[in-house]
Amino acid sequence: MKVMRAVNTKQCAPIIYALLQLIIFYAGLNAVKGVWPLPHALTSSVEQYPLNPQTFAFDYGKHSATQQGCSLLDAAFRRYFLLIFPDYTAENGQLEVAANNSFSLYISTDHNDCENYPNDDSSERYNLSVSAGQASLNAATVWGILRGLETFSQLVYQDDLGSYFVNETFIEDFPRFQFRGVLLDTSRHYLPVHAILKTLDAMSYSKFNVFHWHIVDDPSFPYQSRSFPELSKKGAFHPATHIYTQSDVRRVISYARMRGIRVLPEFDSPGHTGSWGKGQSHLLTPCYKGGAPSGTFGPVNPALQSTYQFMASFFKEVTSVFPDSYIHLGGDEVDFSCWRSNPHVRAFMQKMGFGGDFPKLEAFYIENIVNITSANNKTSIVWQDVFDYHERRSALSVVEVWKHGCYLCKVRQVTKAGLRVILASPWYLDLPGPTHNWARYYTVWPLAFPGSEKQKRLVIGGEVCMWGEYVDATNLFPKLWPRASAAAERLWSDEKQTSSVEKAFPRLEDFRCKLLRRGIQAGPLNVGHCKHEYQSV
Amino acid sequence: MRALSVSALLLLALNSCRGTQDNLLDEDVIEPVVQASKYGSLWPLPQKVQISEVPLKLSGATFEFTDAKGSTAGPSCSLLQSAYRRYYDYIFGGPKKQKMSRNRRAGPLELTELQVSITSPDSQCDGYPSVTSDESYELSVDVPVAVLKAPTVWGALHGLETFSQLVYEDDYGAKTINSTKVSDFPRFAHRGILLDSSRHFLPIKVLLANLETMAMNKFNVFHWHIVDDQSFPYLSRTFPQLSQQGAYHPYSHVYTPSDVKMVIEFARLRGIRVIPEFDTPGHTQSWGKGQMDLLTPCFSGATPSGSFGPVNPILNTTYDFMSRFFKEVSDVFPDGYVHLGGDEVDFTCWKSNPDIKKFMDRQGFGQDYSKLESFYIQKLLDIVTTTKKGYIIWQEVFDNGVKLKPDTLIHVWKGNQEQYQNEMAKITSAGYQTLLSSPWYLNRISYGQDWQSTYKADPQDFKGTEEQKKLVIGGEACLWGEYVDATNLTPRLWPRASAVAERLWSAKDVTDINDAYNRLSAHRCRMVERGIPAEPLFSSFCRHEYKGI
Repeated sequence: MKVMRAVNTKQCAPIIYALLQLIIFYAGLNAVKGVWPLPHALTSSVEQYPLNPQTFAFDYGKHSATQQGCSLLDAAFRRYFLLIFPDYTAENGQLEVAANNSFSLYISTDHNDCENYPNDDSSERYNLSVSAGQASLNAATVWGILRGLETFSQLVYQDDLGSYFVNETFIEDFPRFQFRGVLLDTSRHYLPVHAILKTLDAMSYSKFNVFHWHIVDDPSFPYQSRSFPELSKKGAFHPATHIYTQSDVRRVISYARMRGIRVLPEFDSPGHTGSWGKGQSHLLTPCYKGGAPSGTFGPVNPALQSTYQFMASFFKEVTSVFPDSYIHLGGDEVDFSCWRSNPHVRAFMQKMGFGGDFPKLEAFYIENIVNITSANNKTSIVWQDVFDYHERRSALSVVEVWKHGCYLCKVRQVTKAGLRVILASPWYLDLPGPTHNWARYYTVWPLAFPGSEKQKRLVIGGEVCMWGEYVDATNLFPKLWPRASAAAERLWSDEKQTSSVEKAFPRLEDFRCKLLRRGIQAGPLNVGHCKHEYQSV
Repeated sequence: MRALSVSALLLLALNSCRGTQDNLLDEDVIEPVVQASKYGSLWPLPQKVQISEVPLKLSGATFEFTDAKGSTAGPSCSLLQSAYRRYYDYIFGGPKKQKMSRNRRAGPLELTELQVSITSPDSQCDGYPSVTSDESYELSVDVPVAVLKAPTVWGALHGLETFSQLVYEDDYGAKTINSTKVSDFPRFAHRGILLDSSRHFLPIKVLLANLETMAMNKFNVFHWHIVDDQSFPYLSRTFPQLSQQGAYHPYSHVYTPSDVKMVIEFARLRGIRVIPEFDTPGHTQSWGKGQMDLLTPCFSGATPSGSFGPVNPILNTTYDFMSRFFKEVSDVFPDGYVHLGGDEVDFTCWKSNPDIKKFMDRQGFGQDYSKLESFYIQKLLDIVTTTKKGYIIWQEVFDNGVKLKPDTLIHVWKGNQEQYQNEMAKITSAGYQTLLSSPWYLNRISYGQDWQSTYKADPQDFKGTEEQKKLVIGGEACLWGEYVDATNLTPRLWPRASAVAERLWSAKDVTDINDAYNRLSAHRCRMVERGIPAEPLFSSFCRHEYKGI
């Protein structure tokens, strides 16, 4: 909280503006507890309009670049209809109803990007105005429309008799950060595809837009490669049941696209590759003990030409399977002891003039991999370790800061070097914490470091991480939600309007109950209840 | 007892993103990899078990559970018949589509039958389990028939669970069981789980699923902390206003009499006692909403402040109410014990109230409010005694020197290891029976494999005589509800509570943490396969991952 005050007291005008916003916002509170994450500008009145599921319609505006047949939006209408009217069933759809309270939501986009994938430059801005009998939702892109539909669905509420209402509302909204991610780790425990899809649903409710798929790691290699099927055959927990086939991957990507979510794959190397070695011989470095191979293996062997040939064809596949323009290359936590023990690696270092400087060897390796991926037109993201030991930092583009301690110092340092930053340190949600500690994930101020405007712009966003040592399908959802939603608001909303934990709490509590209503197993924030409790085990 | 700071217990070792993965390659440290235990997946480990190398096959088409000749519980014992069906489903994954081909001749190494024999004259089939129930059993698995002998149905239920845990699939997927001899009984008679349905309402489905899981772990007491400050979901027939006003919602967030009955019967069929807790005089805010004048009005200066404190101990109406209320409770809950709470009574409201001050003077209590508390508790104990129930109370009641019946059970929940061990010594040297929960507050969570510390705690580890040790009748794992509801209860409880289950059931010397890890990993996968979202112990996989998302 102290940090926050330091940020806010610098200028007075924005505070007054923020206060005004709050007053306006609270005027609408008697009807609906609000939207999560909070829109940038929201005004609403006590004027309420009834909504009737029989007569409610989504429609395209006359001048909209997208029209019926845009399957992405048509599917979104079907989804959001059921989210807006959770009690709706086909049976009561038969009833004759007076048509006097019909309501239409008109959608209009500037571009027809229905068939595209969301990307790092996609606009998610939208305007929503709700008035008598109709609402209009305008955006440059379909991605903005998706965000606006989510907002609209959160504005609708039911009275005690179950009738639906929405209040007169005007919203102008856009994300504060362009990159708002959730990392799932499918290597330490295999997550069934269904669990991933449901996570994507929940992500869209909080306006997350990047699924960072930490798909392989030391414990298992569930990605079934077209070019190297042995990798999952030998490296997965089970070659038939614990893998992601190409069609699974396509399904995840397409499901994510329909929700405006990018899929960012991570194939972490040279460390964290234990499982790769099982299906690809000579890829990992043989460790030595007293002059002879010990039988164990270390990181990827950077001294062999065959390594780079393998990586070139492997990443050629990966970059064609995953359409996003970013790829995560990992590069964290490389242990040098095995490299050090191996005489061939040492000889290679002599030849390259690295001496005994293993970080140089690692930098050499990573640079090769970065070159491979940029040849495939992808932007590389690496964990901060790579930045820390890299001398030629210009070869890098995006750095993900994950280490604890003064993470903003690191953000400052990376942006000073002119590189883009994704912040993850404060959002390691696999570390436990009763859910009431959601405030810990809320009171994060990603730009509260001394630096130029240009530096601040280089912070492209943040990411919630759910590492998998102690997480699988049995406990993923209550661990992730609604704590991740706290981070979502930090990444989407205006910081000045959302700096108070106390003010956010009732809105988050309400949002958590909405998640339950939508079948997301979101854990409780504190003592209390929801009208509709989670009805499974 | 919920005041303990949860955040203080977060033992965060935050140097690496992958926690324990650091330095693995350095030191030749072996990642914990699940290896087969010679005891397979048995959990909790039986007192005596001999597993031979001889594999026998079981086929869903021929295998049956039968009642042995001379068993005192026959086909009319629906408790056993329901258990047969349950375990058939667990072993063979639901009824087989193909017709039962009883005519098919069984192979030489095929087990076709488990004969169940209840040996004592009273099988207790239609009774309720109690603290004195005989839960022992003997299991002998051999061709052509396996035999399960137990004095009562309670032992037989545990034997069936053990039998189902011995069955595994061979490489071809065929159900297999090795020829085995087991002789088993619990180390402690009271092995409980506390769930808190006041801070969050727990739907019946959740309670039932956890009773089912308790049976898989040979727990035998469901301690139902049913009401508290936050809400009063118990629908009382005598005082319906209590839940009408005190529940989160008077219809959707209550336990009706038939709900309660269902829970009790579901538990009975699994050999589990249901002990309700109606905690007074503190922790009663929700009671006050539906029962006028029950709580003490707090004063600010000379006028009532509008807020209320603990139960008002100076009014006769309080004791009239309690008599009628506990009469109902003793009728509704068949168990021989009721938990009366008695913890964390805050004196500030009593101190503020002028009528209470006068009463204190009249009684000669001076400024000693613990005397007033004792006064209340003693009257309450007298009331409960007339219902012929035994009672359990939290340790404060003992600490405050309230006069107790010699058969009172004292529940220890406070303190660190040294403190609770001293408390256990004190209570048992005063001759009282005791239950331990301090090391088993599973609502506290930390990073890593915290089941290990749970597993290592032993209720008889304190300075005392053999006689004193015998007064320890067991323990309970507690899952308080501030941050727990239906969304996260099951994975938070299991398999962490399983560690407590083995400590309370198995022999004292079963302490090999590596063997426990191997068995518990398999046991947790079995729970997952049975539809229970039990969370993982560490990076690993189950052949059948959880599908209930």
